[in-house]
Amino acid sequence: MGTGDVIRFLTRTRGRGRLHWSDWLTYAYLILSLLVVVLPIMWMFLSSVKSPAALVENDPRILPYTQLTVPSPTGGRDQNVFVHTRTDGSTVDVAFVGPRGVNARVYELGKPDTVFEVPRTSLARKEVVDPRWENYTEPTLGSTQSRTFNFLRYFWNSTFVTVMATLLTLIVNAMAGFALSKYKFRGRDAMALTIVATLLIPPTVILVPLFMTVSSLGMLNSLWGVIIPTIATPTGVFLLRQYMLTIPDELLEAARMDAASEWKIFWRIILPLALPALSVLAILSVMWRWNDFMWPLIVLTQSEVFTLQLGLSTFKGELNDNMHYLLAMTVLTLLPVTLVFVFLQKHITSGIANTGLK
Amino acid sequence: MQVRPQAAFEWLWKTAGDVLDGPMRALQRHIGAHRMAYVFLLPNLLVFGLFSFWPMILNFYIAFTGGQSVILADRPLVGLDNFRELLACPSYLDPRTCGVAGYSFWTGLWNTLFFALVQVPLMIVVALATALILNRDIRARGFWRAVYFYPVMLSPVVVAVIWDWILKRRGILNAALEKAVETWNAIAPTFLMMADYRAINWLIDARSGWPMFWVIFVYTWAHLGFYMLILLAGLQAIPRDLYEAAQMDGTSKSRQFWRITLPLLMPTMIVVLVLSLIRAFQVFDEVYVLTGGGPGQATKMMIQHIYESAFIGDAKRYGIAAASSVLVALLLMVLTFLQLAVTRKKAGN
Repeated sequence: MGTGDVIRFLTRTRGRGRLHWSDWLTYAYLILSLLVVVLPIMWMFLSSVKSPAALVENDPRILPYTQLTVPSPTGGRDQNVFVHTRTDGSTVDVAFVGPRGVNARVYELGKPDTVFEVPRTSLARKEVVDPRWENYTEPTLGSTQSRTFNFLRYFWNSTFVTVMATLLTLIVNAMAGFALSKYKFRGRDAMALTIVATLLIPPTVILVPLFMTVSSLGMLNSLWGVIIPTIATPTGVFLLRQYMLTIPDELLEAARMDAASEWKIFWRIILPLALPALSVLAILSVMWRWNDFMWPLIVLTQSEVFTLQLGLSTFKGELNDNMHYLLAMTVLTLLPVTLVFVFLQKHITSGIANTGLK
Repeated sequence: MQVRPQAAFEWLWKTAGDVLDGPMRALQRHIGAHRMAYVFLLPNLLVFGLFSFWPMILNFYIAFTGGQSVILADRPLVGLDNFRELLACPSYLDPRTCGVAGYSFWTGLWNTLFFALVQVPLMIVVALATALILNRDIRARGFWRAVYFYPVMLSPVVVAVIWDWILKRRGILNAALEKAVETWNAIAPTFLMMADYRAINWLIDARSGWPMFWVIFVYTWAHLGFYMLILLAGLQAIPRDLYEAAQMDGTSKSRQFWRITLPLLMPTMIVVLVLSLIRAFQVFDEVYVLTGGGPGQATKMMIQHIYESAFIGDAKRYGIAAASSVLVALLLMVLTFLQLAVTRKKAGN
């Protein structure tokens, strides 16, 4: 496809022929905001495979450059490779042996016996693009270098909390939604209203009593202390109740004729039919629990029970030069929600747009 | 034999239901079918009661107690002492004149108020502009919607790490600005040349307003997509024929916006306003990880004050934290009612 085709493709409008000036403004806005949204995330992805040296220097280049090194002929540390520009303008690759005054002692690659001196200003680093995947593998595969950040443990804790809390959220809220939509009993509407009213209690302002309750139940520093208080969400009850109201009562009556128990009706008829609403709640719950920060911060104080978010923030707060691990682990932390988003994007955006809840 | 995941899942589903069916059936025989409603409600009410309603009542009680114990029985009643300590201030506008707890409280309160009053209007305007643009006849609308929404999926910690990395003194933003000034000076005529760029410590420079600026920016960056999505749904619910009729009458685009779009979008706007304001008053995660409330106390928010009073340091002042929560809850309630009253009055006219 030639450039002409590309331009024609991009400027094609639906039936209007030429682009109006406001269309240009629209696309300018879109592209500018695309940069603001995407560039920061891209920059972290790109930075996460850079070498520790490049990160300490804050190398602003996009690709992960590292300086070439060669093994020392005498068996010491690896030697850095530079490009030496001779006075006549020709260049040669040299290995750096050591400094001497303003000069550097170097030898031509392949000829380690003839060490000579050149001015340091004539040397430029010989660099290659070399993504450093060790940033990812070392903390995850248990290298000794990252004792402060036990990624696998945090990952497991986060996964456990997310999966358990989501399963319990679905079951507990579906049961309540079922009771509030398919039974008639005294105080039903008052109860539904009370549950929705808890949306008005900001969880942040009951931190202290919630902490004391969880503490008196012996759930501090236990993952269950993070899971249990979050499983009854007014959002979930509301969402499921509204959905279940649309399921015709005749289905339930027919099942009761066949002597199905109430539980069986719930499990075999209501749950499968409420699957669309359940999946919206499941996605929301996964997002909430995986990203949760404040509540785990209060309940979990020992690093063995940290979730990923806690581990990351602690690791970030420590004054250390482990930026290369921090960035790589941040990428791994956002990966699950990103995958969920990529595959379920339509469900998420339409689900949230329809319910107006996050 | 090949195991299909769907079949395996269905089998698991059936078995789990059947296992629980035994006890549930027995229970139903015992109490009768219509009372099963209470059984279905029970788990939810237990959790709500224990972890929402009971703490709410408890919070009032704790606000009137002192000491450092987490055990209620060991906490002495101190009457209004906690509130007195928070509110006894020669001047609320200058938190430095208050006691230790009052200083922390009022600093957090003023910072949060400032944050909310700048962040909420800013975000609503940008979210509305973005929603209006996505509501136009553009290519790949789904893609753009996804782009704006993606940051909403990221955790506060991830957001803070991303931006901290960009805003470091020797980070990419300073490098880019330096390069831009350099390039400009290379091509600009002499009288338009700029002074050499000096790297700014965006999140640490205490004398400038930059830390608060970036806190507002980053928070807006992370949450914009959510409100944009709700506004977009609101826009798409406006019937097309209204615009077509207006077009036929020769109504100008701007008049269409003020007379059709905005009035019909009002209910959605109110939802967005209430939600975003309530959330802005409870801002904590992003700011806490990004700046830790610093430099000094420049970005310390209300919830951070509550969190630190109760959980950080040697003196665990649960009473002060609970009393602050009561005051915040009051503030949020007043705000919500004010908003509802104002909007109802407007709707009535």
